[in-house]
Amino acid sequence: MTQASRHLPFRRALFDLLSSMRFAISLLTILAIASIIGTVLKQNEPYVNYRVEFGEFWFSIFQPLGLFDVYHASWFLVILTFLVVSTSLCIWRHWPGVVRDFKGYREKASLNSLRLISHHAEQAKRLETSAVESYLQREGYRYKIRHEGDTTLLAAKKGSWQKLGYLFAHLAIVVICIGGLMDGNLPLKLLETFGLKAPEVRDIPQSQIPAISRLESNNLSFRGNVTLSEGSSASVVFLNAGNGYFVQELPFALKLKKFHIEHYSTGMPKLFASDIDVLDLQSGKVIQSGTVKVNHPLIVDGVAIYQASFGDGGSGLEFMQWDLASGKTSPLNTRSQTNQALTLAGRKYQLEVGDLRPFNIEDLGKPAEGSTSAVAVDKLQERLASAQAVTSSKNLRNLGPMVQFKLRDDTGQAVEYQNYMTPFFENGASYFVTGIRREVSAPFSFVRIPLDSDNQIASFIRLRQTLLDSSLHAEIARRTAAKAQAGGGVSAQSQAQFAEVTQTVLSQFAQGGLPAIDRFLAEKVPDDKRQAVAQTYLKVLQGAVIDAMDVATGRAGLPQLPMNEANYRFLMDSLVATSQLFDYGSPIILQLNGFNEVKASGFQLTRSPGKNVVYLGSLLLILGVFCMFYIRENRLWVHLSEQGTLLAMSSNRKTPDLDREFARHQQQLLGQKPTEQESDA
Amino acid sequence: MNALTPARNWADYGYAALIVLAGCLTWQLYHGYLDYYEQGILLGSAAGLIWLGWFWKPMRWYFPLTALLALAAIGLYQGELARGQSAFWLKYILSSQSAVMWMCVLFFLAMFVYWLGLFKRSATALRVATGLTWAAAVMAMTSKLVRWYESYLIGADIGHIPVSNLYEVFILFCLITALMYLYYEAKFQARSMGAFVLPIICAAVAFIIWYTFDRQAHEIQPLIPALQSWWMKIHVPANFVGYGAFAIAAMLGIAWLLASPKAIQPATRKGLLLGSLAVFALTLLAHLNAASLASDPNNLTGVGFAAKFGYSIAGLLLVAANRGRLQHVFPKPDMLEEVSYQAIAVGFLFFTIATVLGAMWAADAWGGYWSWDPKETWALIVWLNYATWLHIRLVKGWRGEVLAWWSVVGLFITTFAFIGVNMFLSGLHSYGGL
Repeated sequence: MTQASRHLPFRRALFDLLSSMRFAISLLTILAIASIIGTVLKQNEPYVNYRVEFGEFWFSIFQPLGLFDVYHASWFLVILTFLVVSTSLCIWRHWPGVVRDFKGYREKASLNSLRLISHHAEQAKRLETSAVESYLQREGYRYKIRHEGDTTLLAAKKGSWQKLGYLFAHLAIVVICIGGLMDGNLPLKLLETFGLKAPEVRDIPQSQIPAISRLESNNLSFRGNVTLSEGSSASVVFLNAGNGYFVQELPFALKLKKFHIEHYSTGMPKLFASDIDVLDLQSGKVIQSGTVKVNHPLIVDGVAIYQASFGDGGSGLEFMQWDLASGKTSPLNTRSQTNQALTLAGRKYQLEVGDLRPFNIEDLGKPAEGSTSAVAVDKLQERLASAQAVTSSKNLRNLGPMVQFKLRDDTGQAVEYQNYMTPFFENGASYFVTGIRREVSAPFSFVRIPLDSDNQIASFIRLRQTLLDSSLHAEIARRTAAKAQAGGGVSAQSQAQFAEVTQTVLSQFAQGGLPAIDRFLAEKVPDDKRQAVAQTYLKVLQGAVIDAMDVATGRAGLPQLPMNEANYRFLMDSLVATSQLFDYGSPIILQLNGFNEVKASGFQLTRSPGKNVVYLGSLLLILGVFCMFYIRENRLWVHLSEQGTLLAMSSNRKTPDLDREFARHQQQLLGQKPTEQESDA
Repeated sequence: MNALTPARNWADYGYAALIVLAGCLTWQLYHGYLDYYEQGILLGSAAGLIWLGWFWKPMRWYFPLTALLALAAIGLYQGELARGQSAFWLKYILSSQSAVMWMCVLFFLAMFVYWLGLFKRSATALRVATGLTWAAAVMAMTSKLVRWYESYLIGADIGHIPVSNLYEVFILFCLITALMYLYYEAKFQARSMGAFVLPIICAAVAFIIWYTFDRQAHEIQPLIPALQSWWMKIHVPANFVGYGAFAIAAMLGIAWLLASPKAIQPATRKGLLLGSLAVFALTLLAHLNAASLASDPNNLTGVGFAAKFGYSIAGLLLVAANRGRLQHVFPKPDMLEEVSYQAIAVGFLFFTIATVLGAMWAADAWGGYWSWDPKETWALIVWLNYATWLHIRLVKGWRGEVLAWWSVVGLFITTFAFIGVNMFLSGLHSYGGL
């Protein structure tokens, strides 16, 4: 443009650029877009997860760009720094003008300049200065009087805070960013850059972690986590850092006395609370005791202690170990979250015990309705009725304590189990429930083992052994056939043949349960007859299992099971369970008999000296935004001279309110009827 | 008399006395159950209600009427939730769910009557529409109050203010948006604006209906520990004043685009129309295709969300093709621009307050005032967006077309921050999931 602008010194040009509105707006936009990245890409995950998700190629590009921790990446901090610089310069630039506006009354305005203001009115009669003064006071205006010759100018204003709003709001951004910086991990990043500190990537005991990965307790700000089981204590927390972690020393030791968890009747958690002691590092004396709850942190020595998570802290577990092959039992005592070597049936196994969950409320679905009318109107009415009520009946049940564990064989293959301690009741019968899955992502498939009158699985185990013992099949088949003949189901001639069929069915079943019988049928029986034969086989099997039970109780020297509906159901359930157990993948069943619960509580400990700075900034921001939008700065001039009186009014924003207010002043001060003075806009 | 406090009449003082009386009664009955913060909130609410009634006259009958209806419902319940299904007035009108259904019906009716008034240029129809919107707002507020009471009937430990999940805040959104709109309608004497604002409310209403019938989301759930805080009582409503205001600004942005004169080449118009049709058809195709393929109903909601985005783009192209068509309805489009600005100004203030309150709550609940959680980050993005909008208008002095389109884009960003984050991004703030 002009010569002057071309020869602008570089520093001046830079100042102009950085403090310009265009630059500020660009920064706001860039910041918004950069922020999106971190919300789309999950942040601070272990690097392995990213490698799996994106592949090695993209990982090698994303990682140096800091995309896995965008908000602490150097380029992001640079944007924030520019925002602070730009805002600061903007304040610097406008500061003098704002102060001038805030202080000044513009009492030097000339008559002509006042006439150029769109809201002005004149009259020939000169008003008394005192009358104007008292009017301005009444209206809440502050004013200044300037006499020049025989003219008098009263320059008044109201709502000057509007101008301060600008300062507040922009200062707030700077203050908030400074507060954020105080709490950020910039110092740690710098130490890392210069190689003075480095995160630990190995999984080793805390005491062995070298000093280079340890942070002193006088660290200004930190945010770390630690998990404690009941009764244990810690004097460090762990800080996540990219691929590894730092150990932050605490100025005190934290001890978890007890963790409480409460549930609503729906099974939703209602309360997480930890009773803690804060101990002196040297003497071990209790400095402070308290309860930390979600939303109710405890602040000790500038360090806030938060309830962050909870879990099992290594509970004592008493298992009964049922050997499926021999039916023998032996106790097994262990702790949750530990591993243990086992030798089962001559093979080495690793038992990896997971978490104990003492409380498992499940919604077992709506109770089955007697009639299921498919008529649309009924459905609609049902929906409407349900929409009308704020509650609905749910079939909630506490399934009791449950433990998860894995059994890993010597080839490294693991099968995961989920066993419930208390019997599961359904329609008067009770079951031991064990879930099994071979892949972590798969849902558990459950085996329900019927319990006998002593609420034990002993009867089932005996029956299963008998059913699978091929040496007993002939005896079972004989009894079944004899019973069938006695009942008139088969003739005496075909009794032998019936026994033979029964034995075949039993031996097939013993090889692989119901699927084995299916396979056998598919091989031997033509398609068109298969359905009928399958029905017959099933009936034969159902009959044989009664005799198998008799054989089993006989061998164990126990009284015969009387045949009633409940016991018949027991047998049928046993048949299904036996069939399912072929796929169990474990030579034993671990039945939880008792436990001694030890809970664990996860704490987050933070020291954030910048918090109150940020809050101050936030307050300034709200105040500033409020002042800018909701305080109107009105200026009023009353010019008194021999020619008469001139009233002029201006505001920071031309709104209908200004029109109305000017009209009011015009009427009350000059006694004029307001003219239809629309603003020029 | 000072100009800042215009003359008060007996009605003002009567209303204030009523609120003070109600406040004192509440204090006397319940102060034992309230902690210091909640006692502060009670005090603040009383002051706020008085201020609102003095600031905008219709509030002087609105609040007492809704309170009266809620009290009637409470009386009818006689302490038994089951009476909601048997007592006539509760079953058909006053139980919270019945009130919500009435609200839904009334909002839809209001929208159609606004449209009727707009196209038939009937002032009577527009007046009726305003009345219907008021009625809907009354039912919405009543439903909130009654639902609050009902939650305590389910169990003393379950009771909480009904702003705790997506279903409840959608009703709050309808309520706040409607009241703010009614304020601007009265202030600017422009009832035709309703034809544009009501559709966004009705979109929320449609969601409420789907959410009720398809997901049974209306059932009252107890609060998880993270939400058991007095912060919720102020953080959530403040946020929804922001959301509601931004929604109004965007819809009036569309109204401005349709109302301000602009000559469009016939070829351009044709192109835009075709484009709109193409986007609509493609989205519909993709939507139906994805819907038939998706086996998991949870994926389906995401698909529906994305499809709605497509339909909205088609709608906006339609708006672009019809620029200036509604000149005769709004002879002074600048007024729409002004309302839009005022809405964004008030929305920005409340959104700022809500975000600060949210940060303070986060400091109590999550251990840090800012964790760059997706919800927080998107709140920042929304904030930055409107900060930029305001800078451009106030400092650069821009007006009109760009800002109108921008306010519409702003609504997309706000909607994503409001619902999209809960659906597509995981994080700490996962209470409002679908």
